[in-house]
Amino acid sequence: MGLFSTQEQDIGFRIAMAGNPNSGKSTLFNLLTGLRQKTGNFPGVTVDLHVGYCKLPNGKKVEIIDLPGTYSLFPKSIDEQVTAAALCNEQHPNYPQLTLVVADSSNLKRSLYLCTQLIDIGMPVILVLNMIDVALRKTIEIDVPKLSNMLGVPVVKVNSKEGTGIDDLKNQIEKSSLKSSAPLLPTNEISNHNWQGLQAALEGKSAFNAFVQCINHNLFFKTTIDSQIKDFFKNEVVNLIQLQTSESLCRFKLIGKITDTCLSYKNRDINPITQKLDNIFTHKVWGFAIFLLVLFSIFQFIFTFSALPMEWIENSFAWFSDIIGNALPKGILNDIITKGILAGLSGVVVFIPQIAFLFAFIAILEDSGYMARVSFIMDKMMRKFGLNGKSIIPLISGAACAVPAIMGARTISNTKERLITILVTPLMSCSARLPVYTLLIALVVPSKNLWGIINIQGLILMALYLIGFLAAIGAAFVLKFLIKSKEQSYFIMELPIYRLPQAKQVGMVIYDKVKVFLFEAGKIIIAISIILWLMASFAPGNRMKDIEQKYASSSLAEVEKNNRIAAEQLEASYAGIAGKTIEPLIAPLGFDWKIGISLVTSFAAREVFVGTMATIYSVGDDADERSIRVKMKEEINPITLQPVYSTAVAFSLMLFYAFAMQCMSTIAVVYRETKGYKWPIIQFVFMAALAYLSSFTVYQLLK
Amino acid sequence: MSEILLCDLKVGEHGTIHHFNDENIALKLMEMGCLPGEVITLERFAPMGDPMAIAVAGYSLSLRKSEAAFVVLQKS
Repeated sequence: MGLFSTQEQDIGFRIAMAGNPNSGKSTLFNLLTGLRQKTGNFPGVTVDLHVGYCKLPNGKKVEIIDLPGTYSLFPKSIDEQVTAAALCNEQHPNYPQLTLVVADSSNLKRSLYLCTQLIDIGMPVILVLNMIDVALRKTIEIDVPKLSNMLGVPVVKVNSKEGTGIDDLKNQIEKSSLKSSAPLLPTNEISNHNWQGLQAALEGKSAFNAFVQCINHNLFFKTTIDSQIKDFFKNEVVNLIQLQTSESLCRFKLIGKITDTCLSYKNRDINPITQKLDNIFTHKVWGFAIFLLVLFSIFQFIFTFSALPMEWIENSFAWFSDIIGNALPKGILNDIITKGILAGLSGVVVFIPQIAFLFAFIAILEDSGYMARVSFIMDKMMRKFGLNGKSIIPLISGAACAVPAIMGARTISNTKERLITILVTPLMSCSARLPVYTLLIALVVPSKNLWGIINIQGLILMALYLIGFLAAIGAAFVLKFLIKSKEQSYFIMELPIYRLPQAKQVGMVIYDKVKVFLFEAGKIIIAISIILWLMASFAPGNRMKDIEQKYASSSLAEVEKNNRIAAEQLEASYAGIAGKTIEPLIAPLGFDWKIGISLVTSFAAREVFVGTMATIYSVGDDADERSIRVKMKEEINPITLQPVYSTAVAFSLMLFYAFAMQCMSTIAVVYRETKGYKWPIIQFVFMAALAYLSSFTVYQLLK
Repeated sequence: MSEILLCDLKVGEHGTIHHFNDENIALKLMEMGCLPGEVITLERFAPMGDPMAIAVAGYSLSLRKSEAAFVVLQKS
């Protein structure tokens, strides 16, 4: 099974997965598609949909798309709009031939709302009863054959936790006729409008399909639809909200009849374990204390446990670089590979352990149901800052990467709260800043333990994340007064039961994120490493040769002579010229021209900083085994004879990276999510100003 | 039988949904299973007094007091 071996022409048909939030949809998606998934194009453009491939028992491959969770076909947030548009509009590029409705078996009624709506718009459906284990614990019994009979669609029981029922589901997919089944709710019960007539006018699949097109008219690409609907209802009064209300009431009456026959339960109590845990996690005092403790433990864990694997990676690269360096003939190619590419790559690969841990923790917080409680306890506080309790999820995810975090803000239905969340999320310290922080902290902060257990370096790291968070909510507070809105804000959200996160699911997230980081970010880093190496190795005219000649007759010792040549050559090179050009601008922040080069290259992505430093310090250095950290520590300012990376410089640099918008991908995603240049430009400027001012202040105070 | 707003319920008390005073909130709550006739039990308030968590239709739902002010319950 090749990872990306699936060719477009092999695909049998397209399946969509839809379901309520917390129905275990993504787990099932991972079970069906395994590692045969396409993930978003990061960095650069973003995608809305997770696409994967599944092999059926007959050998055919089908494409599966995982749609954002929704409760109905009538979207209340941008997130839900994506789903409704893909499922209701036959012209949509992601329109599926079959939809798997994933239902939380312990909450069948609510799941059947979406399911029967899809059946009624003429979508071929397979109902997947997930979380059977939870339902059984609540002593809920579902009569599957009867349910299937009443709905007129196949119904399959699965347990995505144990992976049972998957083969059965694949068989049902294979057997599917891909044809619509009979509508369940007669449209004349909703209202006495002529829906059949509208169906004919719009050439819809069913009368209810015409009804949905009418309600969701703004989601369709057909520009004629508005005028068609208007023409059809000429003199009739159509109140869309009243129609939806009537539809909900009629449909739930119908669902009530179905569940009365197919569903039996002894008690409807909420899970007692969840109740007990909520008493603690949403407690007046313990709730906040535990939240802080969780964050604190995560950062301590990341710093303490990634040290060893990071050392292995650094050593392996040094060893590998040596072998390549000796195997290849001396010359430009050898230099490009060992001092350009390998030096740049090593600086990036070394951070994989930390990134893996960070994404794992975020996945665990999400999957366990704890993140929803954090939103719950933080909502009132967040509202004071112009945010929503749901903003806490993008903000915390922003500690991993701002790109998916900003897309995660789609679940916030209020436009103003969503916009503020998008604007301030990049101030949260993302995993790309982690390499920069770690490198600089290791340079100036001693690796000692406070009271024997608390790692001081970890503490500083946590402080940096805290500063990012404070800057984010501070900025939100200011924006709250600048952005005007009359729209109502909502916080209607399910508090899912607590579940033990599954190692396999967390593993998938780690695999996915590390792969994206390594390959997508790696591409940029290699390209920039090569360009940098070229810029650092060549100079206008004969400057490089002149410097060598200057020292040719010198009586200095060999090592000393080579070092001086290397330093002067770097300064004379194109890279040196670029760094020197911006030096006057960054000198008040304590940065020299070498840091200047890194700032310029970091505008593609922050993590490039480390690779750039590695490349700059490898040029003209024969002792490659020494890590970049050691080289930076030994760097002496030729004028003051003090280390270049003093505490003042390191902290000034860390603050600059904490606040500045140095990420093309984030700019691209903000542009896309806010539909224009206005907000990304405003965001870029305020973050740059914040970065410059705070770096300036810190450097001037500490120097 | 007396009418009471959901936001005025005390922790542990319950009531039956009678009607909603806001169309948009009604739509959102109904698609999540809060229909007239369903019994709501107030489980808890968030540490700072808002939002609140209710048990309805066999699961927990959180909503703000301002939203709960539009939900009219019947209490026996």
